Amino acid sequence: MNFQMPDFSLALPELWVATMACVILVVDLFARGRESAPAFYLTQLTLLVGIWLAIDAQWGRDAVTFSGSYVADNLAVVLKVAMMGLGLLAFAYSRDYLRQRDLLKGEFYVLGLLGILGMMVMASAHSMLTMYLGLELLSLCQYALVAFNRDSRMGSEAAMKYFVLGALSSGLLLYGLSMVYGVTGSLDLGVIREAAAGVGAQNIMLAFGLTFVVVGVAFKFGAVPFHMWIPDVYQGAPTAVTLYIGTAPKVAAVALFMRLIGEGLAGLQEHWELMLVILAVGSLAVGNIFALVQTNMKRLLAYSTISHVGFLLLGFIAGTPEGYTAALFYAVSYSLMAAGAFGMVILLSRRGFEAEEVEDMKGLNDRHSGFAFIMLILMFSMTGVPGTVGFYAKWLVLKAVIDVDMVWLAVVAVIFAVIGAFYYLRVLKMVYFDRVEGGEALQAPAGLRVVLAGNGLAVLILGIFPDSLIAACAAAFGS
Amino acid sequence: MVELSDYLVLGAILFGLGVAGIFLNRKNAIVLIMSIELILLAVNFNFIAFSHYLDDIAGQVFVFFILTVAAAESAIGLAILVVLFRNRETINVGDLDSMKG
Amino acid sequence: METVYLAIPLAPLIGAIVVGLFGKTLGRSVSHWVAIAAVAVSTVLSFIVLREMLWGGGQPYNDTVYTWMVLGDLRFEVGFLIDRLTALMMVTVTSVSLMVHIYTIGYMHDDSGYQRFFSYINLFTFAMLMLVMANNFLQLFFGWEAVGLVSYLLIGFWYQKESAVFANLKAFLVNRVGDFGFLLGIAAVLMYFGSLDYQSVFQSAQASPDMTMSIWGDAEWSVITVACILLFIGAMGKSAQAPLHVWLPDSMEGPTPISALIHAATMVTAGIFMVARMSPLFELSETALSVVLVIGAFTAFFMGLIGLVQNDIKRVIAYSTLSQLGYMFVGLGASAYAAGIFHLMTHAFFKALLFLGSGAIIVALHHEQDMRRMGNLRKYLPITHITMLIGTLALIGTPFFSGYYSKDIIIEAVGHAHRAGATFAYWMVLLGVFVTALYSFRLYFMVFWGEERIDPHAKEHMSHLPRYVMPVMEWPLILLAIPSLVIAWFTAGPVLFGGYFGDAIFVAPANDTLAELAGHWHGPVAFGLHFWASPAFYLALAGFLTAWFLYIKQPGLLPAIQSRGRLLYEVLVRKYGFDWLWINLFGGVGRGLGRLLWRVGDVTLIDGLIVNGSARTVGRVAGVLRHLQSGYLFHYAFAMIIGLLVLLTIFIGQWRGWFA
Repeated sequence: MNFQMPDFSLALPELWVATMACVILVVDLFARGRESAPAFYLTQLTLLVGIWLAIDAQWGRDAVTFSGSYVADNLAVVLKVAMMGLGLLAFAYSRDYLRQRDLLKGEFYVLGLLGILGMMVMASAHSMLTMYLGLELLSLCQYALVAFNRDSRMGSEAAMKYFVLGALSSGLLLYGLSMVYGVTGSLDLGVIREAAAGVGAQNIMLAFGLTFVVVGVAFKFGAVPFHMWIPDVYQGAPTAVTLYIGTAPKVAAVALFMRLIGEGLAGLQEHWELMLVILAVGSLAVGNIFALVQTNMKRLLAYSTISHVGFLLLGFIAGTPEGYTAALFYAVSYSLMAAGAFGMVILLSRRGFEAEEVEDMKGLNDRHSGFAFIMLILMFSMTGVPGTVGFYAKWLVLKAVIDVDMVWLAVVAVIFAVIGAFYYLRVLKMVYFDRVEGGEALQAPAGLRVVLAGNGLAVLILGIFPDSLIAACAAAFGS
Repeated sequence: MVELSDYLVLGAILFGLGVAGIFLNRKNAIVLIMSIELILLAVNFNFIAFSHYLDDIAGQVFVFFILTVAAAESAIGLAILVVLFRNRETINVGDLDSMKG
Repeated sequence: METVYLAIPLAPLIGAIVVGLFGKTLGRSVSHWVAIAAVAVSTVLSFIVLREMLWGGGQPYNDTVYTWMVLGDLRFEVGFLIDRLTALMMVTVTSVSLMVHIYTIGYMHDDSGYQRFFSYINLFTFAMLMLVMANNFLQLFFGWEAVGLVSYLLIGFWYQKESAVFANLKAFLVNRVGDFGFLLGIAAVLMYFGSLDYQSVFQSAQASPDMTMSIWGDAEWSVITVACILLFIGAMGKSAQAPLHVWLPDSMEGPTPISALIHAATMVTAGIFMVARMSPLFELSETALSVVLVIGAFTAFFMGLIGLVQNDIKRVIAYSTLSQLGYMFVGLGASAYAAGIFHLMTHAFFKALLFLGSGAIIVALHHEQDMRRMGNLRKYLPITHITMLIGTLALIGTPFFSGYYSKDIIIEAVGHAHRAGATFAYWMVLLGVFVTALYSFRLYFMVFWGEERIDPHAKEHMSHLPRYVMPVMEWPLILLAIPSLVIAWFTAGPVLFGGYFGDAIFVAPANDTLAELAGHWHGPVAFGLHFWASPAFYLALAGFLTAWFLYIKQPGLLPAIQSRGRLLYEVLVRKYGFDWLWINLFGGVGRGLGRLLWRVGDVTLIDGLIVNGSARTVGRVAGVLRHLQSGYLFHYAFAMIIGLLVLLTIFIGQWRGWFA
């Protein structure tokens, strides 16, 4: 085997983020004020530059390097930009939240940044090994972040659950990968693609491997029945961390699916399609029905996530470039909405008071009509009311499944979406129609207000002009 | 001569033990971490066996990475365990049910 | 020119945003100046566009301004089609809107929602312009819904009033019926012609006019007829044609400037504009045109009759509007599109004038709307009196007034039309002239002549109005009275017979009734002097004389007539039962159906699954299921393993062909 010098310039975004994560770690050690301001600004700068680097270095390319374990193409760029953008948003939201709870430490940014690095590696993985390393880097950072508030009973319980289940799922995924390796004889996803298509699903070992891989991916998405960590982790983690976990990693899960299954095991499509149908229908049902009875806002949003994952999977089930485009669009737009919704929880909380109950939304309109309106946009968008970005997401996904003649699936999805509308509207009812005694004016730092307003505006604008984002997602799949 | 299938069966047994350990054990959380290690070892067995019979070194390289990651994973797992014990003064898995529904 | 086109709708939009968001900060007078300036800009630019079209040799402009979304072959775009039809509409909309803006300063002077109101009417102007300037169905629909939305907002402007809220709801629901047809029509167009762009739809329709579809059983329907009728149902809702007219009289609950702008001059004419714009489609379907003709004629006559028994001054004018809209549709249905549009324009001016005049009376009398408590007002409101007289004369079609030209041409065009229903329509519109004159002068005499029946309190109020109020309302009246009188003198010739519209309106040569009439046209003066030959003139005169006799000469006769014609009177007061029909039959059937379903569900499934509606059932199921999420780690892990086993089983099953 001849050693070939890898093309480092191609992997510039990852190298940059990795370097900066180390720099920030050191900088924070020496410049540790009470608020870790240098770490915060450096992190945001890192991500901004990272976005630019990703576009500059990789857009329009289709190159494989690092001995076939790293790929740079449009899909990678779109995924990375979305990940870093959402990371940017999550960090912006978290600053005030952490400050109020004396949790503002540099480690938060370092862990978050390393997690984003893991996601980026996943987005560019072209070998099972790279994929696994990216995935573990992300997971380990997430475990630590969930337990970030060391004095929280719920936080540590959530971290323990997440850790054990996450490790189990990566064990399952690895077991599947080992089977795939055994059948195809390579770790390179390009080679696997050829080999798997050649061998076909007649090979029972490949069939087993595929199933385990699907399970591993489903866990990352939080699809039923691998969803059970989601409500507990969302509830137990500090809200800022929930916001982080609930947004960018969904995009990373899309990367995981696309690289491993959508591209790597494309030859077995008719087999994973059926599994995904089960996962999707289960997620739609469980997510929407369980959400109906939730009283905790974060748990409600967790179940809502599960139901949205069900929708997202429909795009994969279609298995066409249009379907993948729709799924990617869904992941990005949903993450944006989820960020806003968790941001709303952060906004209403303050030191010593977590506005986690749905009841805490009561009378928001009287307290601040502007944020009530943002909540309206977010909830409408999650429901899929026409004219919002959530509508286009659902519509594209449904169109994709209808185009492959799975009308019944679209019908099921719509029925559950209608059931889902109930709990979103319940929240809105509290926001607009319920009065609360002595509802005081909103006290939240200006920075947080600006971020949330910007987020709401972004959702609104994407609802009016969705085509640029749709076009970007379509470009990721070469159409 | 040891066949490939022998290794695979051993791997599967180890894997099954690990998985069973996770959902059967209701007492000590440390057993969970041990079970996870067992699962990863089963995977390693698979990779090495395949690597040997395919005459391809990549599988063994993968194993090194898995070992490293497993070590990091255990470190984090134990750290969480310590935090958990500090907050709750128990590492009994059956007591971790304050969030449900 | 493109910048100008963009600026025309955007100026009022910006005005609406500025006033809507910062109205409180800006204060009342700055707000109304911003709003008026925005519309004034549009008005001036619209006139520039019209001038360019007429004398500057301007060519029709048809281009996409912004591509909103592309989905496969389907393009969602914002684009403008500016031709002579559009230019005429733009001028009409903006100039009436400008007058109404100015007038509003006086009318709303004591209202707390002052800035909100200006923001709404600015927004309305924007939406209406988008509708008129559209070059594709999507944007048309957007404008269509947006004007509707603003209209609902404004009907319910005084949302503390219960009747206003009811009227609002009614307008909303009735319009949904129309919109349903409209949307289906657009869908049919999209399905069969594969595009939403006007030009390409027209081209493919002309290319294959005989396409058929089967909706029910094996019967083949002409696609174009179905699409046109569906589109026309939309127009019926928006332009208040029977039987979808019931919302318009109730919409008078809104402030009067709105009645003038939205419910007389502009929004309700959107349907007429739409049909004229779709003339290349409608011309291909005799059936659709007959439907338009008959519905329009029915509305023109029978809605006018109801106006005879109304006592609320605004409602009389509202029924008059219904009737005049009917006339416009008759013009369209007779393939005399130009005549319909021409009547739309003249009507916009004199009907806005009448509404604004009645609004001035209402304000002067401290929100008194009942004509039985008016009378002899010419003494107190001389300017209003003169201008409203001009409006009335124009409305009934007095020779040399603008309404004379537009209405007479429609009647003659119908007389020359040969399509099914034309004879019926001809008699309806002809008799309608008598009715129009009768209710118009009934209103005029009851309000301005006869004995004084004003409430003393209202009279007292009249002398205490702020000084600027009456002048600021009277200036728009005067400015509207001028076009009501003279506009037809120099526009009738070119618009009706001079080929003003060029390619904007398509008329099949066989249907061209206006061309037949062109031989009789020798200029406006000759046409005006020729009044003695037109039966309409004598009917109008008869209407006037009857009104004069009954309300001035022999007022005592009225109760006797009423008791003789008890039955007819009752029918008219009950508005032929349309309201009853809608509320009881359709509303009742809906409610009854709901109750039936509820009963069946309740009786058959007592204490069963569906006790309190499906929502609660789902909730209850969820309440049980949530215990599956036990909180125990090992259960979670177990669920994962079960899931894995299920997937494996399915996979093996698929592999072994269990499901084959």
